[in-house]
Amino acid sequence: MTFFIVFIVIVVVIGFFFVSIYNSLVGLRNRVKNAWSQIDVQLKRRHDLIPNLIETVKGYMTHERQVMENITKYRSQAMDAGTVGEKAAAEGLLSGALGQLRVQVENYPDLKANQNFLALQEELTSTENKISFARQAYNDQVLFFNNKIQMFPSNIVAGMFSFKEEEFFEIEDKTEKAVPKVSFS
Amino acid sequence: MMWELIQANRRKSIFIFIGMGLLLILIGFTFGSFYEPESGGFLGIFFALMLWGILSMVSYFAGSKILLAVSGAKEVTKDVHPQLYNVVEEMRIAANLPHQPKIYIIADAAPNAFATGIKPENSAIAVTAGLLGTLNRDELQGVVAHEMSHIINRDVLVMTFAGMMLGAITLMAEVFTRSLWFGGGSRYKSKSSDKGGQAQIIILVLAIALAILGPIMAQLLYFAISRKREYLADASAVRLTRYPDGLASALEKISGSNLDLKTANKVTAPMYIINPLKKKGMQLSNVTSTHPPITERINILRSMTQGVNYANYQNAFNSVKGKTSGLIPQSGLTDSSKISLRDSELSQTSFETDKQVKREVGDLMMKLNDFLFINCTCGIKIKVPPDFKSSSVTCPKCGRIHNISH
Repeated sequence: MTFFIVFIVIVVVIGFFFVSIYNSLVGLRNRVKNAWSQIDVQLKRRHDLIPNLIETVKGYMTHERQVMENITKYRSQAMDAGTVGEKAAAEGLLSGALGQLRVQVENYPDLKANQNFLALQEELTSTENKISFARQAYNDQVLFFNNKIQMFPSNIVAGMFSFKEEEFFEIEDKTEKAVPKVSFS
Repeated sequence: MMWELIQANRRKSIFIFIGMGLLLILIGFTFGSFYEPESGGFLGIFFALMLWGILSMVSYFAGSKILLAVSGAKEVTKDVHPQLYNVVEEMRIAANLPHQPKIYIIADAAPNAFATGIKPENSAIAVTAGLLGTLNRDELQGVVAHEMSHIINRDVLVMTFAGMMLGAITLMAEVFTRSLWFGGGSRYKSKSSDKGGQAQIIILVLAIALAILGPIMAQLLYFAISRKREYLADASAVRLTRYPDGLASALEKISGSNLDLKTANKVTAPMYIINPLKKKGMQLSNVTSTHPPITERINILRSMTQGVNYANYQNAFNSVKGKTSGLIPQSGLTDSSKISLRDSELSQTSFETDKQVKREVGDLMMKLNDFLFINCTCGIKIKVPPDFKSSSVTCPKCGRIHNISH
């Protein structure tokens, strides 16, 4: 009888232990998902800003048609991209094109003084920052989650319920990796 | 990771916290015994804890509102200062906080900032108009990151409870000394005549000593927590922005300003990023200040050239302070993710001349006072006062007519 009670207690304790680990794993996986959606929100925001930017800049920058065509092209590529890899590549190209625009703006002092353009520039700078900070936060979460999956004893629970390691969001373009930014000055 | 750091952080502050609690209990016991030698000690403890509890409750539920009201802060939407709004949102994303803190602007030309809110869900960040006028984007980001760090590290919670303990101790000491001068002594005499006077005298001496030293000791402990948390907030801020120079040059600019923040006082001072009550030429020793020496904070930030994680900050801290103290708990140092620094992004024109700074600050004050700002398509900015009667305004440059909806 005593043996039976001890056995039950041990089973219950282990059960609670498993449940709490399982719950924390689910919580962490949700954090990863949430962090990923933050990146998505900001990428979409960048795509939404570009038509406005082109509209404002168009009147001033009459000689830079190529740059603006590139931006439009990469924007639609990025919007159509399906996989994470494709997305990262297209966004990298888009960042590059926006960077070219930034350099060209130097030659148009009227544009630099335009209030609408300044407001747009702030929005774009901020969106670029948000993308990079969201990526940082996402990678932090992924690291934490993956550690949890690999380490004992949570790795047992992770194995039983097939929690998979998440992928880091790395961007290939070196310049993009170092400084994701748009500055028009 | 940040989350573990918060835990360890909490555990460490608890020791100082317990120290203050013991002091409070000791004072309650001694004062109680002085008035009522038989059972007064425990009544005194009870009274002291009640006082602390009530003060804490009030500041827990209304502290934020009181602080914001006292400092004259006004909640703003994105239109008033898009850059500030954006920077706060950037830092929220970097900290992976689910809720955006409310944003307040204080109509004061002295550059300063503070954060408030017991829980991250109902936190707020307040900055002065002077801060927004003086700092460029990178520097503003540094300051906002520092304030955001106070929120995620739960500093406001700790500082509130510790501050109220300090308040309770100071209040009790004050009441005790007053009562001693006005009649408390006579009661003591009548008692001591029929009882063993020896113990009573010891208690009297102890009570007077505690009345004088208690508040000072409590204040030193409180300042110790405050200073530590300033360093930690700097460390977290750098990790969030990945750009230590931004915060460093912001601190330089803020400390270089000779304007005084009119709405700050002794109670609210520890909340600000830089002590707003600095007096010119006053360079008192470390222990009696709420904030670490500003030059030290700047030097630490400036010497972070290797990376921006907590271990890097600890290294810089050690080399500047010349000692190896455990500022950051071990769990924070194992943060293996190597995060490299990023470059400056001087996208926003930094205001070079005093005149430009004043114009920027003036614009902000106008916005806070409900002026309407219209960006005309020709590129100029029209400022319409709130008591403007007409329903439309004509652009002075290009002649376009803008409708005003009041």
